[in-house]
Amino acid sequence: MKLNRRQFFKICAAGMGGSSVTMMGFSPTPALAEVRAFKLARATETRNMCPYCSVSCGVLIYSTGDKSKNAKADIIHIEGDPDNPVNRGSLCPKGAGLLDMVKSPNRLKFPEVREPGSTEWKRISWDEAINRIAKHMKTDRDANFMTQNKDGVTVNRWPTTGLLASSAASNEAGYLTVKTFRSLGITALDTQARI
Amino acid sequence: MTNHWVDIKNADLVFVMGGNPAEAHPCGFKWAIKAKKTRKAKLVVVDPRFNRTAAVADFYAPLRPGSDIAFLGGVINYLLANDKIHHEYVKAYTNAPFLIDEGFAFDDGIFSGYNTEKRSYGKDTWKYQLDKDGYAKVDETLESPNCVFQLLKKHYSRYTPEVVSQVCGTPKDAFLKVCEYIAETAAPNKTMTNLYALGWTEHSVGSQNIRCMAIIQQLLGNMGMAGGGINALRGHANVQGITDFALYAQVLPGYLSAPGDADPDRKTYLEKRTPKALRPGQMNFPQNFPKWFTSLCKAWWGDAANKDNDFAFDYLPKLGGASDVLSIFNAMYEGKMNGFFCQGFNPLASVANKKKVGDALAKLKYLVVIDPLATDTSEFWKPHGEFNEVDPSKVQTEVFRLPAGLFAEQTGSFTNSGRVVQWHWKAADAPGEAKDDTEILAALFLKLKEMYAKDGGAFPDPILKLTWGYRQPAKPAPEEVLMEINGKALADVVDPKDATKVLVKAGEQLPSFAMLRDDGSTTCGNWIYCGTWSQAGNNTARRDNSDPSGLGQTLNWGYAWPVNRRILYNRASADPAGKAWDPKRTVLKWLGDKWGGNDIPDMRPDAAPDQGVMPFIMNPEGVARLFSRELMAEGPFPEHYEPFETPLDKNPMHPNNPKATSNPAARVYKGDMEAFGKAKDFPYVATTYRLTEHFHYWTKHAHINAVLQPEQFVEIGEELAREKGIRNGDTVKVRSNRGFIKGIAVVTKRIRTLEVDGKKVHTVGIPIHYGFKGVTKPGFITNTLTPFVGDANTQTPEYKAFLVNIERA
Ligand code: SF4
Repeated sequence: MKLNRRQFFKICAAGMGGSSVTMMGFSPTPALAEVRAFKLARATETRNMCPYCSVSCGVLIYSTGDKSKNAKADIIHIEGDPDNPVNRGSLCPKGAGLLDMVKSPNRLKFPEVREPGSTEWKRISWDEAINRIAKHMKTDRDANFMTQNKDGVTVNRWPTTGLLASSAASNEAGYLTVKTFRSLGITALDTQARI
Repeated sequence: MTNHWVDIKNADLVFVMGGNPAEAHPCGFKWAIKAKKTRKAKLVVVDPRFNRTAAVADFYAPLRPGSDIAFLGGVINYLLANDKIHHEYVKAYTNAPFLIDEGFAFDDGIFSGYNTEKRSYGKDTWKYQLDKDGYAKVDETLESPNCVFQLLKKHYSRYTPEVVSQVCGTPKDAFLKVCEYIAETAAPNKTMTNLYALGWTEHSVGSQNIRCMAIIQQLLGNMGMAGGGINALRGHANVQGITDFALYAQVLPGYLSAPGDADPDRKTYLEKRTPKALRPGQMNFPQNFPKWFTSLCKAWWGDAANKDNDFAFDYLPKLGGASDVLSIFNAMYEGKMNGFFCQGFNPLASVANKKKVGDALAKLKYLVVIDPLATDTSEFWKPHGEFNEVDPSKVQTEVFRLPAGLFAEQTGSFTNSGRVVQWHWKAADAPGEAKDDTEILAALFLKLKEMYAKDGGAFPDPILKLTWGYRQPAKPAPEEVLMEINGKALADVVDPKDATKVLVKAGEQLPSFAMLRDDGSTTCGNWIYCGTWSQAGNNTARRDNSDPSGLGQTLNWGYAWPVNRRILYNRASADPAGKAWDPKRTVLKWLGDKWGGNDIPDMRPDAAPDQGVMPFIMNPEGVARLFSRELMAEGPFPEHYEPFETPLDKNPMHPNNPKATSNPAARVYKGDMEAFGKAKDFPYVATTYRLTEHFHYWTKHAHINAVLQPEQFVEIGEELAREKGIRNGDTVKVRSNRGFIKGIAVVTKRIRTLEVDGKKVHTVGIPIHYGFKGVTKPGFITNTLTPFVGDANTQTPEYKAFLVNIERA
């Protein structure tokens, strides 16, 4: 009989005694203290990855709520994924503290602007942020777009705006970044990979 | 990594230099411990600090920061002088027998072709001699004075154990002991794995540090082997993926060299990038470049990329020169840039010379920070006491801060440093109004597109015609994006040998890059990721961790690029006849009619050994390069140059040639040369490093990490502490020629004072993780101190070796 951890928790939660679980041919690992198993049994488990170093340890994220449309999920626990062939359930001191990163008091929650010369941030709406940034971009691009270089070669670049890209973004976000920014003509493009 | 994390367990020797995996990559490092436990493997560490990797090593040797090439050059010399090389491998699989141009020379630290004014090389002589058919000439006896093998021997004969000790400060017997460990793996059935990270890359000679190891691993026959290879441990979780996707200027996705000013049209561009084989019968895989490139243009511009418009070649911006983070900030500093985006990147903290970076940002018209956290960069304009002294009324930059999601709040794939692409799932929404990076990008892009459609403007075509067929245009789904990256057939793809045989039907996802075509009938957003989402579905989400070979290959877990291959160059794990060098760790072998074993062959599957197709299929010569031809900026063989801030005032290997003191081909900007400190004012060598409790500049925002390592400290050895009257726990001020920081002194035995070139050299170790934003104690940014100069090939800044002074604050 093959059960994953999640199903295993469910069985525990359903009130099956430890001894009968063992009789079924497997036993809980010592790390799975029963109290926590009960707590996590009601949680939704999501497979994810530690975003810190490039070992990319597998993690299991436990959240309240069952992912139905109107239920707001709240992450309550993160631990190593025992199935992941690299970390096999372990996490280092960085990864073990991931919940505190998710819950950091310094998470940004809404768009803000700091006006020229100002000493303060000001909250703005997404619409305002996107409109204002896009306007800046278009003004700069239209004014400084270079169609040809001095030798008459078509170069079609926009040299006066640049981007530093995240190495913590997913491949899909990275791909869309490069696709859109290249299409705008940006060549001043670099990533954390260099440093 | 040429190999992968779990494969480290297959090594006989784990050689760690330029990295500290026990602290920086703990869960990967356990495979080194596994190798020690189950194979009786040895662990050898060479590092300026006796770090925690060293603490569990079988042997540790210290060296002065920035002297790695001298050390490794010494290893090369030891292997050659003591005949500790894997002869059959070297002769068959490397360019050792190749003949080099007669004009190639090396004189007192400088190779032939140097232009002092331009600080760069003309590389006409760094070439093979070619025969009339354009193939490289070889001398199978390895005796010709112009063959690579003899040139290599000659070049490194100067790196004697005495010279190594003089330059590195490593005691001679310790150096020789390391050599003995390494030399043992020259046996065909023994392997050394090399683990390195930023301790090698963050030097003005970073790439050549790694080239040294490439030479060593080839001489020992350790490439392609289980438990072998050159393994860059790398930094961020998806630093590998983001590099693969070309979030930097010089390349397009899949390492396709980007078009530049010298490429007026598609034909010229492709011709320059499609090499011809340099030896008969070689695969010369980059000959497929036009297929990869054309499929990318089709993925981006669809029908608007066609034969009539050179497949939209003009839609791609052409690179006009250097475009790395240092050159970008230099241009910004000179007032040549108006706008800038920092997406999950905190340059004020992570780029060299914080003052210059801050001054540069203040010259922008607009700055957009997209991040999950309140970064230091986003507040470069805001006074934070002595940690960030600035007058906001003088900063006219308009700064936007857009909240993004974190890993737990997104679905998508990450690629670990072992090239394994793994899918992850979203667990919760990001807080408040924060949005996923892709949504933010889509919003900006669609707004601009709308404005260009309505009002026109400079060259709108590439924007208006960019493919954007996502079901919800404002919310491209990661699944749709990975499918686009993988690519599909636009028309039936047929067998080139038999046009009646359809390999992939029109509309289907492609199974591998072998199906890509250069006639516009296929799309692919990144050729090396072709196969990640085939007709079978999302292969990166596969979760079968079974390992029938016992080598840890787990071929059904996630998807490794290229084509799910786990060990690169694995054809070299078998001898020329196709028999595994070590049958107990067979990666690949010839089965009589095809290649098979425990990995996806890095070879044409039906190339019989007697056809002589060599293992390094990405090289036009088919073999690995001991001599790197014209591919490196500062020479075809690595040579020791001093860091730009040297404690010695000269290069002890070339004391009378000031041109050869530091990397002669490194780029130094006006004003930065003057900002280098001299040993008389800044007598101590500084090196930056990372702590196991912190990750870069992120975890200073997380409570538990801040509790574990709450504030900036500075590590010094006991001898320096005595000389300067500094005690454990004192607050010290560390100055470089660019600024100062303060921290708590930690006096340890881990950093030794070394005897270098007849004088004592003290090293100061400085962790990087602090700043004025975070839940750690507010502090200085370490990169206030570091010099604005990079490696000549990659422009990675020299964070690991510079000069400082230190005193009690
Ligand atoms: S848990 Fe530690 S070792 Fe694993 S990925 Fe995260 S930072 Fe790296």
